[in-house]
Amino acid sequence: MKAAKKGKVVQYNKWGYIFLIPFMLVFVVFQLIPLVSTFYNSLFENYRSGLTQIGPTFVGLSNFKTILSNPDLWTYASNTMIMWVMGFVPQIIVSLLLGAWFSNTRLRLKGQRFFKTVIYLPNLIMASAFAMLFFTLFSDSGPVNSILIQLGILTEPYKFLSNVWSTRSLVAFMNFLMWFGNTTILLMAGMMGIDTSLFEAAEVDGATSTQVFFKITLPLLRPILIYVMITSLVGGLQMFDVPQILTNGTGEPMRSSMTLIMYLNKHLYSKNYGMAGALSVILFIITGILSMLVYKLSDNKARR
Amino acid sequence: MKKKALAALLTATMMTGMLAGCGSNASTEGDGKVLNIYCWNEEFKSRLTDHYADYVEVDATTGTIGDVTVKWNITPSDDNAYQNNLDEVLLKQESAAADDKIDIFLVEADYALKYVDTDYTMSILDLGITEEDIADKYKYTQDIVTDSEGVLKGLTWQACPCALFYNRDIALEVFGTEEPEEVQEYVKDWDTFMETADTLKEAGYNITSTVNDTYRVYSNNVTSKWVVDGKVNIDDNIMNWVDDSKELADAGETGTSELWSDDWSKGVYPEGKVFCYLGPAWLVNFSMAADTVGSVGNSGRWGATEGPQGFFWGGTWICAATGTDNEELIKDIMLTLTCDTDTMIDIVKDDDDFVNNKPAMEEMAVDTSYQSAVLGGQNPLSIYCAGAEKIDLSNLSAYDQGCNEEFQNAMKNYFEGNATKEEAIGLFYTAIVEKYPELVTE
Repeated sequence: MKAAKKGKVVQYNKWGYIFLIPFMLVFVVFQLIPLVSTFYNSLFENYRSGLTQIGPTFVGLSNFKTILSNPDLWTYASNTMIMWVMGFVPQIIVSLLLGAWFSNTRLRLKGQRFFKTVIYLPNLIMASAFAMLFFTLFSDSGPVNSILIQLGILTEPYKFLSNVWSTRSLVAFMNFLMWFGNTTILLMAGMMGIDTSLFEAAEVDGATSTQVFFKITLPLLRPILIYVMITSLVGGLQMFDVPQILTNGTGEPMRSSMTLIMYLNKHLYSKNYGMAGALSVILFIITGILSMLVYKLSDNKARR
Repeated sequence: MKKKALAALLTATMMTGMLAGCGSNASTEGDGKVLNIYCWNEEFKSRLTDHYADYVEVDATTGTIGDVTVKWNITPSDDNAYQNNLDEVLLKQESAAADDKIDIFLVEADYALKYVDTDYTMSILDLGITEEDIADKYKYTQDIVTDSEGVLKGLTWQACPCALFYNRDIALEVFGTEEPEEVQEYVKDWDTFMETADTLKEAGYNITSTVNDTYRVYSNNVTSKWVVDGKVNIDDNIMNWVDDSKELADAGETGTSELWSDDWSKGVYPEGKVFCYLGPAWLVNFSMAADTVGSVGNSGRWGATEGPQGFFWGGTWICAATGTDNEELIKDIMLTLTCDTDTMIDIVKDDDDFVNNKPAMEEMAVDTSYQSAVLGGQNPLSIYCAGAEKIDLSNLSAYDQGCNEEFQNAMKNYFEGNATKEEAIGLFYTAIVEKYPELVTE
């Protein structure tokens, strides 16, 4: 009798593992193997000069040494973080606001579905097409400059893409436009999961809507917020397509808008798998540490 | 029984057919059935279609010459895609099946040496083309595709010597003349060019559209290579470009946009207020909106003159890939398109190319019936002819494309005031070592 019961339990466990197989397969093939081979590649000198292949020769950790001793790496890292923060802060604020409005049962906004679709739309455009569009709009003799001059705001064209902060702002603005819809939908889902009786109770107690938002919605939304934060951080560290196309791969002016992945891409011109591999590994470690940090910090707050 | 016999007979027939097939393949070695051509645009294809009598087009990517199938493999050169693709296929050339091997590939001047200075390209003389066949060619067109041991490895039907194209209306207004010989006096050397820029500025015009317009003029007239003994080297004349351009840019006499950008091309219309562009025949014919009503070219208001220094821009070289099984056919295509005077004169007349044939071009230069509509009826060929003779390309290196691109990108920061000259040069060094890890800088 006991043995039979045990057998049943084991059988259920088995199904659990079977259902995990597809994920594990995909994970191993598309994530784990590339990850390990990237690390393996990073230990070799391996590039192509013209049509001549140089290497692969085992060089230990010297690729890491070269990259880490290059002060530019920290510039690119801070560029990436600056542009991410500049895009993420408005993104989270707007998303929270929109999410709160959309999920508020008292407001009962009309045409919700329409607006939800519209705010999500920018994400459907290819980042490269979007960047190309902005490149044209904000070029020295582009429509934006023409409008500003005709309105008398400017007397001569402002070179948006030749100034550090205007270039960074454009990148941040594009990332904001592309991702705030996605974040809004995630946060809204989180907000709708909150028990409505809590809102009603607060209302009965005479709480203002600001109080409701900060004392009820935000604390209960924390898990979703952490998720949004970490995914956005990982995405932000991998920022590539928008600045790459907008600055034509140069990260101009003076590489102040060059991100880590754009730097990685520079090494691929000469098929320099060693250096690119080392950079990827470093990026992986940085991403891991930052994600951990975000997770730990917000977790502590929750316990308090 | 009957059925069995029939089957045996059929099998036997089939086998013989197959064996015969093998036999004929083996016997006609060096005469493949497929001609694979690698290039980046339709230009060569249209030259072959129009001027090589035996070529019959089947569809966009295939054609036939006699019983040989021509396969076009066209990859645009944006983002280095053409070279990336070509590199991969060339590196596998030895192990590829005969019909998959590259037979012909095209190269541009900026990176020709990367391919020419390897065993992946065949010597022209080995194809059976003689010195006499190519005697009429401009020397610079051969310098570009001559490897470090002095072996010629490519041929071209074009020559792309450049001229300075000035806006006749602006010349008339500011200098009081639109005659090429007289305008030349205002742009005859760099010092005069800079003074003229000031004069034009006072009248409200920019001398060039962007600093990059003059880059090639300076970079073609260097006295040292980009890379000397594995070390990156910036020639004095390149630094002259930096200093002159900075002066022009600071005075607001030219812009800093990239070539081909919208900002660059605004000067092809009168409202753009740009005095001149520098380039070869194809620039003024095809890249300056000559078809658009209202453009300077459309109203025939460009004039051509020699400008401060001779230089060239562009051109397409035909190379034969080592391992090809169509040597005879390649030889014939090269001879017809690049050496046959009649065909080449047709190319001038039909396609407005400046062809790589000295006697033919000199003859046409004095022919008054040849007129260019874009240039207001001027016959510019004598200017190109003079330019082509002056081009000296003894200082090419396999790194030219990367160096030229990165140098212009880096210097843009200096011109726009985002960096000092030293910082911009530092940025250039950083970028060049990323592209070519084997090089060292100061």
